[in-house]
Amino acid sequence: MELLNNLAIGFATAGTLNNLFYCFVGVALGTLIGVLPGIGPLATIAMLLPATYKMADPTTALIMLAGIYYGAQYGGSTTAILVNLPGESSSVVTTLDGYQMARKGRAGPALAIAALGSFFAGTVATFLLAAFAPPLAEVAFKFGPAEYFALMVLGLIAAVVLANGSVLKALAMVVLGLLLGMIGTDVNSGVARFSFDVPELSDGIEFVAVAMGMFGFAEIILNLEQKENREVFTSKVTNLMPQWDDIKRAFPAILRGTGIGSILGILPGGGAVLASFSSYAIEKKISKHPEEFGHGAIEGVAGPESANNAGAQTSFIPMLTLGIPTTPVMALMVAAMMIHNIQPGPQVMSSNPKLFWGLIVSMWIGNLMLVILNLPLVGMWVKLLSVPYRVMYPAILLFCCIGAYSINNNVFDVFMTIPFAILGYVFKKLDCEPAPMLLGFVLGKLMEEYLRRAMTISRGDWSVFFTRPLSASLLAVAAILLVIVFLPSIKSKRAEAFAGDD
Amino acid sequence: MRIRNQRDFWAGVLFIVTGLIFMVLSRQYNVGTSAKMGPGYFPMMLGGLMAILGVMVLIPSVLKSAEVLKITKIEPRMVLLVLVAVAVYAFALPKLGFIVALFALILISSIASHEFNLKTTLISSVVLLVFSWLVFVKGLELQFPFLPTFLTNN
Repeated sequence: MELLNNLAIGFATAGTLNNLFYCFVGVALGTLIGVLPGIGPLATIAMLLPATYKMADPTTALIMLAGIYYGAQYGGSTTAILVNLPGESSSVVTTLDGYQMARKGRAGPALAIAALGSFFAGTVATFLLAAFAPPLAEVAFKFGPAEYFALMVLGLIAAVVLANGSVLKALAMVVLGLLLGMIGTDVNSGVARFSFDVPELSDGIEFVAVAMGMFGFAEIILNLEQKENREVFTSKVTNLMPQWDDIKRAFPAILRGTGIGSILGILPGGGAVLASFSSYAIEKKISKHPEEFGHGAIEGVAGPESANNAGAQTSFIPMLTLGIPTTPVMALMVAAMMIHNIQPGPQVMSSNPKLFWGLIVSMWIGNLMLVILNLPLVGMWVKLLSVPYRVMYPAILLFCCIGAYSINNNVFDVFMTIPFAILGYVFKKLDCEPAPMLLGFVLGKLMEEYLRRAMTISRGDWSVFFTRPLSASLLAVAAILLVIVFLPSIKSKRAEAFAGDD
Repeated sequence: MRIRNQRDFWAGVLFIVTGLIFMVLSRQYNVGTSAKMGPGYFPMMLGGLMAILGVMVLIPSVLKSAEVLKITKIEPRMVLLVLVAVAVYAFALPKLGFIVALFALILISSIASHEFNLKTTLISSVVLLVFSWLVFVKGLELQFPFLPTFLTNN
């Protein structure tokens, strides 16, 4: 059994004291920022990325950063249920029924089902990752430059289609990201493009500075514009044990949520947020008691919370097998690998088996830690919610500034966050989602490189993308996706699916 | 012509202008041919694509069928205070050191809140200073100037 062998390598790697410690640090931090509204995994991972320079082993760095991402999915539900605020954007739908359960004095079972559902989903997703990653990587070895380019086109289009809001604007944001990615030295000619003779710009704009500015700082300003209003049900969390009836109703929802989340997580641009929304919509549609939804239906907590955790984990599959980040968080994971001179792609599994399998196994261990962190210790996290935002946001600003400085030990990167904060703020005001831009930014240089190589091989003949079967089918899927989105009937359905998402 | 959907209109304008700027800037680099792409080829293509997308976003926003959507209120005070705090931090760090930079950042950014309170701000600054020293300086061993340079003589 090759799989068992591989898992054994994983357990040996993830089980070292050092890696267990950083896995714990990751999931604890993830829970913390998941609980706190106003700071998400993206900004946190960006903040901590420079700190991983010091780590001797890139596996340790990835284990910790991954823990922050899926840990945040657990923490987010706590705030959603107890405060009616999404601690994380993927917990938006959990507020609908979770908070209603809390108001009826059933916060305990809601929290328990959310955590246990997440754990179940996390376990299944870990196995999916272990089982499907190797065959996918095999396929990836058959890819030439044309296929890689086509795949990135598909990835970006899919991210746009699945994103919230106007498709055209999201497409333009992707292109803007690609263009910003062009800034810096061109590898082929050595020309410093769009750098205006600023030496720091000839290395390109730091991804961390972009992410911090657009997601961290712009969010803070937008949050400050709204006055806060929190009502916490802290004293009422007494009995965590769900009743038998709860379990009977929740279990099928957990199963469906895990399935939906796993599939959507693999798709580009999917990730945790979309997974939770879709799961809620499906639970409501197939329920025998749709009228209970919005008034404390346990399925409305169990399904989405399982789905977001499953989605968070399976979104690692395209990153680990193809080397292509499909969500901004995965783009940061790629950055973490590149810091340690590991080129992400299908070869990672064979060249760095310890990293690959260690990371996968650490996710399961991390999920186990999360159940313990979130159920018995839930009271501790809730106390954190009493820290008012006016004390919290200056601290977030400070940590971001420290992180940005530490990328190159240069204040230039701190200054760079400012224009991107303004950009992020303006785009939010204009209803443009910044996430597709970030994806474009990461893929920009890679896409140009693959396009160049494909065209050099074909001697400038564009038809190469349509005559190679794999590349042609990838592009066909992308085209079909675009056509479907612009069909009027789908357009209205899509608006419906994202209604309530803000 | 009346702008009905302000958000789409201005987003469109922004995309068109940015796309054109990138196209113009790309002309200073060798564009090359599709078989031998120069450094200007891909950015030129993208700039054009972006301008086209901008037009496609802009046109529907002035049509009669467009939904009337205004841009929500912009509060320049908060934008300025938060970003000035970051800028002051970046200016202060190399010469004046982390302690000064931290207090400046926390103080200036705290004023942006609706419920600013000097006492809690000072307390949280001190707590953050101790925390940062323990975690970033001692724990993660990040390198940054801690004290003003005129105190450390280098």
